[in-house]
Amino acid sequence: MKNEKKSLIRSESFQTLLASLACILGGLLAGYLALLIIEPSGAWKAITAVMKSFFNYPGRLMLKYFGQTLARTVPLLMCALSVLFAYKVGMFNIGVAGQYVAGACGCLYAALAWNLPWLPCLLIGMAAAALLGAICGILKTKCNVNVVISGIMLNWITLYLTNLILGTVKNPTSPYTKSLQGTNPSALLPRMGLDTFFNNEKSVTIAIPLAVIMAILVWVVLNKTKFGYELKATGNNYNAARYAGMKENRNIINTMMIAGALAGMGAGLLFLTGIEDWETTISSVPGMGFNGIAVAFLGGLSPIGSILSAFFIQYITTGGGNVDLQVYCSQISSLISSLIIYLCAFVAFFKLFLQDRIRVNDEKKAALAAATKEGGEGK
Amino acid sequence: MILLMQYTLIFASVLMLVALGGCFAERSGVINIGLEGIMVIGALGGALVMKFLPVSVGAFAMVSLTVLASALFGLLFSLLLAVAAIRFKADQTITGTAMNMLATAGATVAVKAMNTAASGGNDVSSDIVYTQAKDLFIIRMGSFEFNWFMLLAVICLAVSYVALYKTRFGLRLRACGEHPQAADSVGINVYKMRYAGVLISGLLGGLGGIVYITAGVSLWKFENGVAGFGFLALAVMIFGAWHPLRIALAALLFGFFRALGNVYSGLGFMMALNIPSVVYNMLPYIISLVVLAFTSKKSRAPKAEGIPYDKGSR
Repeated sequence: MKNEKKSLIRSESFQTLLASLACILGGLLAGYLALLIIEPSGAWKAITAVMKSFFNYPGRLMLKYFGQTLARTVPLLMCALSVLFAYKVGMFNIGVAGQYVAGACGCLYAALAWNLPWLPCLLIGMAAAALLGAICGILKTKCNVNVVISGIMLNWITLYLTNLILGTVKNPTSPYTKSLQGTNPSALLPRMGLDTFFNNEKSVTIAIPLAVIMAILVWVVLNKTKFGYELKATGNNYNAARYAGMKENRNIINTMMIAGALAGMGAGLLFLTGIEDWETTISSVPGMGFNGIAVAFLGGLSPIGSILSAFFIQYITTGGGNVDLQVYCSQISSLISSLIIYLCAFVAFFKLFLQDRIRVNDEKKAALAAATKEGGEGK
Repeated sequence: MILLMQYTLIFASVLMLVALGGCFAERSGVINIGLEGIMVIGALGGALVMKFLPVSVGAFAMVSLTVLASALFGLLFSLLLAVAAIRFKADQTITGTAMNMLATAGATVAVKAMNTAASGGNDVSSDIVYTQAKDLFIIRMGSFEFNWFMLLAVICLAVSYVALYKTRFGLRLRACGEHPQAADSVGINVYKMRYAGVLISGLLGGLGGIVYITAGVSLWKFENGVAGFGFLALAVMIFGAWHPLRIALAALLFGFFRALGNVYSGLGFMMALNIPSVVYNMLPYIISLVVLAFTSKKSRAPKAEGIPYDKGSR
């Protein structure tokens, strides 16, 4: 029994889980503190409203909000997959935000200007985002430009370009793009009856199972294929991978392309459900990509962990709308999630600390065992 | 034309202050992606002073207290990066990204809570209005509006140059960004130097924040953060090759493009070109990306930036 417990705390994934839970707890605690400062009397009610999220609503409404939460988890998960995939080869893909925008631009333009059905739209969005990722990768391998810096620059370039392009298919009376429902319903993702499980919530589409399949696919590619092995090797030691005959530069470019495509697909899977239109006057890069970074790290950089963490982040974001808006504001949940990602930065230190304690403990035990053994021999 | 010059100078002041901040952090060996967030918090500090301090205190008190508050807020917020990156050896990029999200979310929550409480639930916006206080920062010379912040930026530039290149402190700071182990071996406290670098960047970033939100408008919506100016300042810093004087030139250039985007509709010949304003907004980023592509082979970036310093490692 004791042995089992020891091996559990030694396992890498258990430590990650522990660290992530600690981050969540810390974030929630700090959020509660913020609520207490704003207005102590309703703080407990507010924080429980955030944590109960869609469970706050009665039966049928609950199912509806549950469906919406799932639909909005999809792009978050895809962005997280993009971040963690690139991270395995040692690239911090902060450009995920721009790739997400490029994906939205590609699929919405294809749907509204060319009236294509959903699959080509999705693929065009993915291609646009993959192109952006490839630019990042090529700049890194050919010109040695830091991926974080080129990613940030590309984020803003893409945002302005997207506003320009989608401005041609926008609603004449509002800053938003035309609705898919009215202009080109064939571009809406099929629901295949999934919506019936969620009280006919229209945003529930095949996007949800597709995203889960992609997460599993990413796990398989990373852990079960030669390509994935080479990626991780390149990430761990660029020079060793090169010495071993791997095409490290080609691997980096391919990785960034795939990462881009994943983020672009996330955008497509959100915008092609028709629950959101693009606002062509938006002046800052959407937070989705950055939230994807949060989700990836909270999920311990594992595709399966990311499914859980993406759902959790979206869950409390939905919950943010439940607080009493006469006193508090819904941004309390963004505050909580940003605190969680800040704490995630300490995970490496936390793990090191844990491992250190285990090692010290082991040494003590070994020393004790040696001492008793010596004592025994002496008798 | 004068309007274009005025906007160029004020935007250049913002970019210069924030980029100099980034320069101090990176020269000490810490990448500061969180400048955007630091600007938001600095702006919040300054805006609060401008809102609550009565206009009757006079221009001097108003300007100096606003500047002090923004610098202090920025400095305190940068502690989040300093402690995580230096004491706990956390990944600097994640920490910076988190700080950017945290700043906008935190400022929005704080301002909304303040507005909601003050209005009894009628006003739930994230705006701070500072119309009257703003006038105290401006001296009108004909149609040109001189802003005290322009002078402040020039002073900070001069001080930064002297501090980095003419003092013992500057030499030590730069050593910690290039080769911390060597610096340590001659008795320099690397941790202290890096704390100094990050905190100075917080101070300058906070200042940049207040200059930015008072540049053209007399009301700020904190939900919007600072719309990428912190990231643009990073581009300025790289374009300026981590050197104060070059940063000043880069800031002027980038500030000029940004100003064009704002005022081109008032210029006849620019209107005739019929270029959408987004192109002017995009241009600084495109230029810096192209320049980076050509110059990064032999980068002038501090050698040890982004790597947490560990006494035990070689």
